[in-house]
Amino acid sequence: MAKYIVQVVIENKPYINDPEGETIHRDLVVKGGYSSVQSVRSAKMLKMAVTDKSEKEAETTVKKLCEELRIFNPVVSNCTVQVSDKL
Amino acid sequence: MAKIGIAVFPGSNCDRDVHHVLNNVIGVQADFIWHTKDRITGYDAMIVPGGFAFGDRLRAGIIAAHSPIVQEIKRMAKAGMPVLGICNGFQILVESGLLPGALMMNDSLRFVCRWTKVQVRNNKTPFTSQFASKQTFGIPVAHGEGRYVADSKILKDLKKNNQIVLQYSNDDPNGSTDLIAAICNEEGNVMGMMPHPERASESILVADNSNNDAITIFRSLVANLKQKAVA
Repeated sequence: MAKYIVQVVIENKPYINDPEGETIHRDLVVKGGYSSVQSVRSAKMLKMAVTDKSEKEAETTVKKLCEELRIFNPVVSNCTVQVSDKL
Repeated sequence: MAKIGIAVFPGSNCDRDVHHVLNNVIGVQADFIWHTKDRITGYDAMIVPGGFAFGDRLRAGIIAAHSPIVQEIKRMAKAGMPVLGICNGFQILVESGLLPGALMMNDSLRFVCRWTKVQVRNNKTPFTSQFASKQTFGIPVAHGEGRYVADSKILKDLKKNNQIVLQYSNDDPNGSTDLIAAICNEEGNVMGMMPHPERASESILVADNSNNDAITIFRSLVANLKQKAVA
């Protein structure tokens, strides 16, 4: 058994406007001189430390719990799950 | 005699206001029921009040939506019992799947706490039956995550089934799709609303140029329960 860090990113679907991301983009990034940046979207990230047999299984466990416990609201958000580290 | 249950979570803060209005202003028995209760008998309607259940951790309403009392409320709702969610209660009903869509951070990214006006779009629900058709009334809002959002399919269904119950009138406090302030389920027995009728049910509490018409939400519910008792 190994310990994995699994990152869960909860991001709003493209049809949902994102006033926080828009403000960061308009009033910080572009005004700060980085005009090549086309847009900013804000999101929420959770890091879960999971003990499991393999990277694949850690990812599967987290994917399952995200769906089952409604870690994200599927009407407005997408959720991506990725192992970022092995401890 | 009708009896109404008020669900209480760690972080609820409008439970006592609802309790006061029902018991002392309307004169119907209403009791607090703690969130760990998984079997509820002897009640004719449930109210999920406002506040910050479980500190709004992760997303307003989501943790409470998994609590034992909400599983019981889901069962009661399925049996046709009236269930009303106010503010955080609306968020809890949405996250529990009893109502469709999502309540997201206000467009302004700020908590909004002020009086507004809403218009009744459906006066056939157990919570709005005593309002006149298209009646407009004053009521306060107090929320950070009150922007009602749904995809085009859900919106189409809401309109088709007449599930939009209240809309903000000449005001947009949070950026909700179609100015939605309250929706009900397809059957009409479960309603969620962002504004606070319990804070607007007595004349002494109302804003200038307003009145306590919001009490009609509770009066409609109680009249409906009495009617059921007779029938």
